[in-house]
Amino acid sequence: MNRRLRRRLLSGAFIAATALAAVLVLLPLVLILFDLVARGASSLNLEFFIRNPRAPGQPGGGVANAIVGTLIIVGTAAAIGLPLGIGAGVYLAEFGHGKMGWLVRFVADVLNGTPSIVIGVFVWTWMVRPMGHFSALAGAVALAVLMIPMVTRTTEEIVRLVPGALREAALALGYPRWRAALSVVVRTAWPGIVTGALVGVARIAGETAPLLFTALGNLNFKTDLLEPMQTLSLQIYVYATGPFAEWHRLAWGAALVLMMMVLVLGLLARYVSRTRFSGGR
Amino acid sequence: MARYRRTRSVALGDRVFHAALWICAASIPLLLLAIVLELAVTAWPAITRFGWGFLVSTAWDPVTDTYGALPMIVGTAVSSLLALLIAVPLALGVAIFLTEFAPLWMREPIARLVELLAAIPSVVYGLWGIFVLIPLLREYAVPLLQRAFGWTPLFAGTFYGNSMLAAGIILAIMILPYISAVAREVLLAVPNDQREAALAMGATRWEAVWTAVLPYGKAGLMGAVVLGLGRALGETMAVTMVIGNRHEIGLSLLQPGYTMAAAIANEFAEAVTELHLAALFEIGLILFAITVAVNAAARLLVWRVARASAAGSRAL
Repeated sequence: MNRRLRRRLLSGAFIAATALAAVLVLLPLVLILFDLVARGASSLNLEFFIRNPRAPGQPGGGVANAIVGTLIIVGTAAAIGLPLGIGAGVYLAEFGHGKMGWLVRFVADVLNGTPSIVIGVFVWTWMVRPMGHFSALAGAVALAVLMIPMVTRTTEEIVRLVPGALREAALALGYPRWRAALSVVVRTAWPGIVTGALVGVARIAGETAPLLFTALGNLNFKTDLLEPMQTLSLQIYVYATGPFAEWHRLAWGAALVLMMMVLVLGLLARYVSRTRFSGGR
Repeated sequence: MARYRRTRSVALGDRVFHAALWICAASIPLLLLAIVLELAVTAWPAITRFGWGFLVSTAWDPVTDTYGALPMIVGTAVSSLLALLIAVPLALGVAIFLTEFAPLWMREPIARLVELLAAIPSVVYGLWGIFVLIPLLREYAVPLLQRAFGWTPLFAGTFYGNSMLAAGIILAIMILPYISAVAREVLLAVPNDQREAALAMGATRWEAVWTAVLPYGKAGLMGAVVLGLGRALGETMAVTMVIGNRHEIGLSLLQPGYTMAAAIANEFAEAVTELHLAALFEIGLILFAITVAVNAAARLLVWRVARASAAGSRAL
């Protein structure tokens, strides 16, 4: 009896310990989100969104250049990376049974785990050095390189979920293979593909390391892809590690804006697949 | 393919479709090849100049143009291991709680919240580390640690703020969601028969998990940990912002250190000589090789358990 009681107590203790682990894991999340709002929200006024940075140490100014730069660079990266990633994903799902499929799958997983700073220096040798100057385009290419393997794997998985019967039905009706794949298989999987794409965009939107030696950053408002350009992530890095209190304030504001961008993309991703999938079934 | 070749236009359409997708797919192995080549070519002057000595030398002096990567390699290993030490018990605890013990209604929401940690950008972690974590450590944690363990070399010396300890804690928070997500997938893939058999034999709920569930998923859980290690090794921004960036090997966790990724981020823009640049590229190449090996190992381990579920590879 005594022994049994001890085992029960022990079991209860371990279960409580795992619950405690859950609390301890959520604690930093709560702290970080709380600090972002507590320290960042007060900076978010009209000036913050429509003005460019002032000279170092001067009060005021905003991050309009960084917000626009983030949108341009991430948008360009998506325009380059998404078609390649989705195409490769559809290839893996449709034709990926052989050696080529195995190779692409394996390399995509390997690239997924590659440190983003390595991608950054790679694109520096590939684009920045030959061109002779830093550019937003190089930054976008670096982000696209990060994004392609991610989107490839999520696309493949979603397309694989489409029942084979659908494809067979389309082929039986006389569709050529490419039309069966595009109008039936890919179309059925489309909401899921869009979700994967949005998740990929959300992941790269906050990246800093690959942009350090490609997009570089810029204190001025730029929209030319061939010039260095600022992003929110680069601005946070410079401001957080800089000496001025005013910079620190702007860094927290920029971090809050960046976090909200990432969260909105994440929610959008969830919303797209939920509504379309449940409607389709 | 021949079955569909009814008319010439159909066959042409299929061929164009296949070729277009093939080009997209081929871009991925080509990218890997390009990365390895570009890194190796640019690093070549340092590779030929320093040979294997690069890995064990502690010299790093742009003035005399001599470089060695040992402080960065050690710093990367120490910060990553410290992160694992903190993150693994917590991440496995959460994963076990969420798959085995938590009330059903809270499993999904909590799992989502833990995943949210992975959505926070690295640079935001760094910002939080500088302005919240390090002050917290200085005020509360480090005095306690020093009172308890100050006599060991691990917690000796003055705490400067930017330190190995701060980097390890930030890294731990950052890799938690990856480890727990993969561990959760692995535990979900353990058949219910395992649990029911143990419970039927009279095991308590914890005993069932400890004797029947965890051993079954052991390889996959190892994979989750190794995957976390891979993330920690290559993490750049947050570490650069809190580790202190100093080329020295110290025993104390309270003192500044350096990692391979941080060295590249920090010195790349200042690399004036060709050899300095080449040395940084060689560090990049080493980092790349290590993470490729670690990730391949993680992938194989997770596949042994969760091969059937696509989720296993999604988590990767």
